[in-house]
Amino acid sequence: MKLLESGVVSENRKHIISFIILAATLLLVFPLVFDIFRLNLVAKYLSLAFAAVGLVICWGHGGILSLGQGVFWGLGGYCLAAFLKLEAAVNIANEAGTDQIKALTTVGLPDFMDWNQITELPYIWYPFKSFPITLICVLIVPGIVAFIIGLAIFKRRVSGVYFAIITQALCWIMEILFVTRQGWTGGINGITDLRTCLGWDIRTQAAQYTLYFLTAGLLLAVILFSKKILSSKLGQLLVAIRDMEDRVRFSGYDVSNFKIFSFCLAAMISAVGGALFVLNVGFMSPKLVTIAPSIYMVIFCALGGRESLIGVVYGTLIVCFGRTYFSEQFPELWMFLMGGIFIVVTVACPKGLAGLFESHGAKALAFLKKFLKIENLASKDKKEVEA
Amino acid sequence: MSSTDYALYIENLTVSFDGFKAVDDVSIYVEKGTVHVVIGPNGAGKTTLLDLVCGKTKPTAGKIKFDDYDLTTMHEQDIVQAGVGRKFQTPSIYPSLTVFENLEVSYPKGRGVWGALGFKRDQEVIDRIHEVADMIYLSDKLQTPGELLSHGQKQWLEIGMLLIADLQMILLDEPVAGMSVVERKQTADLLRKISQNRSILVIEHDMNFVREIAHRVNVMHQGKVIAEGSMETVEKNEKVIEVYLGH
Repeated sequence: MKLLESGVVSENRKHIISFIILAATLLLVFPLVFDIFRLNLVAKYLSLAFAAVGLVICWGHGGILSLGQGVFWGLGGYCLAAFLKLEAAVNIANEAGTDQIKALTTVGLPDFMDWNQITELPYIWYPFKSFPITLICVLIVPGIVAFIIGLAIFKRRVSGVYFAIITQALCWIMEILFVTRQGWTGGINGITDLRTCLGWDIRTQAAQYTLYFLTAGLLLAVILFSKKILSSKLGQLLVAIRDMEDRVRFSGYDVSNFKIFSFCLAAMISAVGGALFVLNVGFMSPKLVTIAPSIYMVIFCALGGRESLIGVVYGTLIVCFGRTYFSEQFPELWMFLMGGIFIVVTVACPKGLAGLFESHGAKALAFLKKFLKIENLASKDKKEVEA
Repeated sequence: MSSTDYALYIENLTVSFDGFKAVDDVSIYVEKGTVHVVIGPNGAGKTTLLDLVCGKTKPTAGKIKFDDYDLTTMHEQDIVQAGVGRKFQTPSIYPSLTVFENLEVSYPKGRGVWGALGFKRDQEVIDRIHEVADMIYLSDKLQTPGELLSHGQKQWLEIGMLLIADLQMILLDEPVAGMSVVERKQTADLLRKISQNRSILVIEHDMNFVREIAHRVNVMHQGKVIAEGSMETVEKNEKVIEVYLGH
């Protein structure tokens, strides 16, 4: 029993330390080091990290590889974008004066609807008139979509590669749907020109700072929340299902329910990220909902370590920074450089950066402490590692 | 006797895969509180029999009754919740969870999604896990990940996972396969101990082991039961000697 407790404690301590380091990096280091342009980019990357955190739950722990997280991320984004667009439409009407605008457009209707000869707000847009309902929709809409897909697929015991292929198809379907229903969704352009949220201008520098901290703060909160779930019995069961599905089923569990739950949870976490993306960037487009972004989300996890909630945030940042940096510096070579990194990481450390840290972190730390001649601390730490 | 007087009541059970009858008109009655063993050469349909009982395969005809439950119509997880559990032939444990967690996951509480979320590791759970770990000779391995156990210890752990689930009927598919002589002896002790308040149906090849544990034996051959009785009578049965023991 003593052994058990000490094991749990030191494991917990490690998690707390790495969480604090991440929090310090996001909330202190980045705002101090980067200018607002770069910081806004980081906020964009962090909004993608939500999808990666969701994948840690359903893929890393539950073993369900979803190549369609971009869909849920996008649905969350579209929901919030719809609200902001309605607000923008009303604002434009007010600014321009009703008489003038009436001659050209319908008051309070998003511009793209006018271009598509829609004269009345479609019913599916009605919920987005209210901010609280929009916030609920951001979570519920992707949740329901994931639930229906999960119910249809997991109850039939479809899994593995087949499931991954179905989620890819889902991306394709969503893109076609969003592009072709132009009057409802803004088509290929998406929903653009979003300026205010509840009257608050989201394009000013001060707003961008606030939104950065909102994004980082919510990401940290979601990580804590996910950690809580993964350390419950449900989290253990997800790992058990990943490793030995039949054993779980023949231990009296309805495996499909647990898969549906983790898939829905991952979808809803992604959706929060999509909504934050819209606030940070000011638009949403079907190109962000489709196949390539969904694959990128899986790559974030592969690089960061798909079992580590914290590792995938670094994975996301490295891939996104790499993409920006390489494409700025080597416009012709950057794709190859990115590809090279992925190959090196997956071959050299299949558990990602988190796995690398796990296996060499303790050694590196001990070496560093010895180097700094803080021997007391080092030996104390060593003892704890041994215990 | 009616079907509820037995721990497990299997009657005229048949399953046919594209015309091939893997289990053909098999009737086996497991009495309460006994260790019942099914032996037979490879391909006799023993593992298929267990698949049928635990719901992995659906029978073409016949009855499987446990208490008042008709197992042939139930889902796998419902059969377990009714009180019938199964150990697989190759040890199936969760490699990345520790022995403690392996047992905790099998604890019969919090089996729904929300139940599992709200599940608390209270003293009762911890005590029960220690109690079972003692029985399966793994009390000093509680913090060891499943994948680091020896083959025999994995077999014990899987039996322990059935014990902690508090089942009335336990099905064991070759529990001593790959075990050392000492481990076999310990397993026999374990089975005798746990059969005191539950019933066990075992599939086994090792004759010495069967002699040690079996109250009753069924011999299967090509999907059919060809002999039934105590080990002594079965061993003298000419048909059995011909198809199985003689080799």
